[in-house]
Amino acid sequence: MQNAIKTENLTRTYQRSKKSSKKSSKKKWDNSQPQELVALGGVDLNIHSGELFGLLGPNGAGKTTLIKILTTLLAPTSGKAFVDGLDVVTQAREIRPRINIVSGGESCGYGVLNVEENLWLFSQIYGIPTSIAQERIQQMLEIVGLQDKARTRVSQLSTGQRQKMNFCRGFITDPKILFLDEPTLGLDVNAARSIRQFVRDWLREKPGRTLLLTTHYMMEAEELCDRLAIIDHGKLLTCGTPNELKQTLQQFPQFQLVIELGNVDQLNISTIPGVKEYRLTPLQENPDSRSASMPVNSVQPIFSCHLTLAEEAVIGQIVQAIVSAQGKILQLQKHQPTLEDAFVQLVGHRLESGEQGS
Amino acid sequence: MSNQQMNSKLENQDYPVKISWFALTWRPILARAYPRMIGVRRQPSWVFHEAILPILSVAAFAYVYRAMNAPESYIGFVILGGAMTAFWLNVLWSMSAQLYWERSSGNLELFIMSPSSMMTILAGMALGGMILTSIRALVIVTAGILLFGVVLQPISWWLFLLAFLLTLLALYGMGMMFASIFLMWGREAWHLVNLLQEPVYLLSGMNFPLQVFPTLVATLAAIIPLTIGMDSMRQILFATPGFWPLGFELIFLTILVILFIYLAYRFLRYLEDKSRQEGKLTIKWQ
Repeated sequence: MQNAIKTENLTRTYQRSKKSSKKSSKKKWDNSQPQELVALGGVDLNIHSGELFGLLGPNGAGKTTLIKILTTLLAPTSGKAFVDGLDVVTQAREIRPRINIVSGGESCGYGVLNVEENLWLFSQIYGIPTSIAQERIQQMLEIVGLQDKARTRVSQLSTGQRQKMNFCRGFITDPKILFLDEPTLGLDVNAARSIRQFVRDWLREKPGRTLLLTTHYMMEAEELCDRLAIIDHGKLLTCGTPNELKQTLQQFPQFQLVIELGNVDQLNISTIPGVKEYRLTPLQENPDSRSASMPVNSVQPIFSCHLTLAEEAVIGQIVQAIVSAQGKILQLQKHQPTLEDAFVQLVGHRLESGEQGS
Repeated sequence: MSNQQMNSKLENQDYPVKISWFALTWRPILARAYPRMIGVRRQPSWVFHEAILPILSVAAFAYVYRAMNAPESYIGFVILGGAMTAFWLNVLWSMSAQLYWERSSGNLELFIMSPSSMMTILAGMALGGMILTSIRALVIVTAGILLFGVVLQPISWWLFLLAFLLTLLALYGMGMMFASIFLMWGREAWHLVNLLQEPVYLLSGMNFPLQVFPTLVATLAAIIPLTIGMDSMRQILFATPGFWPLGFELIFLTILVILFIYLAYRFLRYLEDKSRQEGKLTIKWQ
């Protein structure tokens, strides 16, 4: 499969200025502090042509640095990066007609111009004939629901409307490879949903189109991306399909049951072949942990049962064993790890808490 | 061919769609010039700030010369100087410091990562600035002529047009060069623009003939396109002697045009490469 984007040991460091080092150390000069800040440390990445690839990571993880390098705005310190088979350092001019970028929260454009005029201006720097640009602008404004604001000056738009305009800007040049950096930031639920739908359709519409998406919304990443990579502290932690990432957390199927059981001794689950882990915890000791759906007038003790099985089919024998022990199943749930679980496991904290902290 | 046919033809082509060098040159120039030109209509407050106020300043000098019984051509000098001041201010504030503002707004990175050259963006800014400021300059000149009854005796309108265009090209070429340099200096650009504004008013001889300066100072001041440009236009419009012969001044202006545009190109390439290495192209509020 052809690679739309490929990086080999891609590294980018920034020199710390003496001024900022002095400030942070509160001393004349702190020689112990590293003089270099590693934004990207040896990233190897392959994004296939036609793929919708997601990049997840907390602030300062290196996502934006990677995108800046791939969009030819920043040179790597070492390593190689190729976009559509072209070197980002030596063939930047050949890459530029093939790419575009939409960043969340960007404030580009000219306040004195209206939405249509701004979009036209940005189409002209790609040399697109005005008649074609106008047609694409109308199509895109309709898609994002901004057609009634087409003649409104940009300075009078709300943040969300401005973001919609920026989104249109990225597509009117019909790029082969598009970089979407938090594209739904600041958008309402309906607008974000229609944009996600459009992104999917746009990618399938023409073979060869590739999309690299960074997002803070796990649901968005899971819904849209063919494959995902998680990046933190400039290092690529993992890469795979959303299901593959989730499966790394859970090798075997897990079930959670709530059962009403008179005599615990009659229940013998651990001896059933295929049961890898079995844990029975009385629930009545902690009434707060009982779910609202459970009967409150139970006369027999209630237990929570956690199971890890070799395969899903074993659950049938478990149910039989509970019934044989005259127990009553109140709740049965298969535990599915989320993408967020995978992220937390790899990065060490949730995306949102990481953002607040940084 | 209908738009739909053209569009579908473009979409059926293999990536990337080929766009000619010509289209990637003139389209960005016109597009970037557009916000400036449309500003004349959409921000009419310029009439007060950039036409009425300069006329007051021109009037002050004109009355001083009249009170001193200076030659009538001096009042013409002042009116021409007032008009050319508009161009100088436009070059400083809307050319030299502009890339710095473009970076702050996020436009710069979009321009740089586009297939068009940054020179076309700068040329567009210059073209828009020239057209916009020409309208302002025309208002000042017309008002000045009507108020003070200045009589123009051009030796040739064509020659005047040539000198005027060469002056503008050299002046905006210098603005393009400054734009590249100021991009690297970030916030310092603001101070540099302020620093350049007043000395150039003096050195270019906006309100008096250049010959009042010692020869060395006048020769050094000639590197500012406004200085020699205005001197040549005065020679043409008022048939007064200039600092240098007219032919030589026009040749000198042509050399300045080539020199500044070439330097702008070289600086832009150098600074773009350097900024990519240092990561300064996209950092806002440096």
